[in-house]
Amino acid sequence: MTEFAGWLMPLRYGSETAEHNAVRSAAALFDLSHMGEIAVTGPGAAAALDYAVCGWPSALAPGRARYTMLCAPDGGVVDDLVIYRQAADRFLVVANAANTAVVLAELRERCPGAAVQDETAQTALIAIQGPNASRILAQVTELSPDGVRYYAGAYGKVAGCPAWVARTGYTGEDGFEIYCAPQDAERVWTALSDAAPGADGAGLPAAGLAARDTLRLEAGMPLYGNELGPDVTPYEAGLGRVVRLDKPGDFVGRAALAARAAEGPRRTLIGLVARSRRVPRHGYAVLSLPAGTTAGVVTSGAPSPTLGVPIAMAYVETGPEGPFGIDVRGKTEPADVTELPFYDRSKQR
Amino acid sequence: MSVPAELRYTEEHEWLAIDGDTASVGITDYAAQSLGDVVYVSLPAVGAAVSAGEPCGEVESTKSVSDLYSPVDGEVTEVNEELDDDPGLVNAEPYGAGWMFRVRVTVAPDGETALPPGLLSATEYEELTKSAG
Repeated sequence: MTEFAGWLMPLRYGSETAEHNAVRSAAALFDLSHMGEIAVTGPGAAAALDYAVCGWPSALAPGRARYTMLCAPDGGVVDDLVIYRQAADRFLVVANAANTAVVLAELRERCPGAAVQDETAQTALIAIQGPNASRILAQVTELSPDGVRYYAGAYGKVAGCPAWVARTGYTGEDGFEIYCAPQDAERVWTALSDAAPGADGAGLPAAGLAARDTLRLEAGMPLYGNELGPDVTPYEAGLGRVVRLDKPGDFVGRAALAARAAEGPRRTLIGLVARSRRVPRHGYAVLSLPAGTTAGVVTSGAPSPTLGVPIAMAYVETGPEGPFGIDVRGKTEPADVTELPFYDRSKQR
Repeated sequence: MSVPAELRYTEEHEWLAIDGDTASVGITDYAAQSLGDVVYVSLPAVGAAVSAGEPCGEVESTKSVSDLYSPVDGEVTEVNEELDDDPGLVNAEPYGAGWMFRVRVTVAPDGETALPPGLLSATEYEELTKSAG
């Protein structure tokens, strides 16, 4: 167990590698109840959110979701978010646990025309992720999981409990995130686990934070505090597509983001595959070879269970052309630049 | 959490088994479980001189990396090459197939095998892990 943004979270339930592989090959369950859920509601909600975030929530059809960011006036990232339009006048904004208070305060200030309510304590979040997720979920809900499109959601019942069921996730696999009442969470979890008893009858494996981190890293997904923070805009992170400069009206950060879009990112996020087995970790220096001068810094690094080699994302101040090495505790280990993501399920099967 | 009674231990969570002038060394079950899945073990070279309490290798797991310390002074006579292909042996059998290296322990001028002070018994090591939570 580990302390995480004020929550006591399991880093791993057993072997984090087995948990990771279960998500890639079959399915596993995650308890993500630490995530922040903020409801923005009322007739003015859509317009208010268009001003508050850099995406275009008012253009979402009810039932659809979008990955977006809350930026500061200078364009820096305050948090990355998933926004679900649950009804015409109701949006659910999902924030990182460590940033929930900040996002809540910003939304209250930026959305005077809407009701902004923190629902984190009233909301449990259970995710089922992996290629078998849809088939397993279908056994415990009257919804048709396959009828829910990627980045969409629907109200329904899971294990008889009312829930918002969304086809979203942070693993690079197909999967669903089930938002329900905390008192129903155990029932939902147990029903999903029992629906896939497995050869040993132990049920679906549970996956902890360690597996969640290696899964999202392989999928090239940024983590706030690593790839994202107040000192970078979405453009540096290679996520300029989330900034909707084409939407009408002003929004927080528009001028700064438009300028950054025109001048180009100040740093480049790259993917690196290490040639040695020594693992590049967060904060290690990236060196330009053969000179050995500092080119940037590793933002996330881990041994990739799927690829069997250490992988890393890093910001470099130079262009993305190598060759690069990584200063792994005093010894330079060569690493090859690779296209992100490291793992793309559509190319696997 | 297993702590075999016949082994000696260090505060850095290594175990050692003494047989004559040779000490076999690995990391404890407690250490392996704390690290998580071990993915790579960097071991000293055969023939290398090692000193008690000095780092002589690295243990990489999914989430972290730790120095591997030699518990004794001496010369490395053998390393566990199986770990290169299967580092998970450290988690599966920390006191068996997951052993790491063997050292011929330096003999003191009086002819006695020189074990450094401060090695822990199984009982003492168990106390240490309990107080560490």
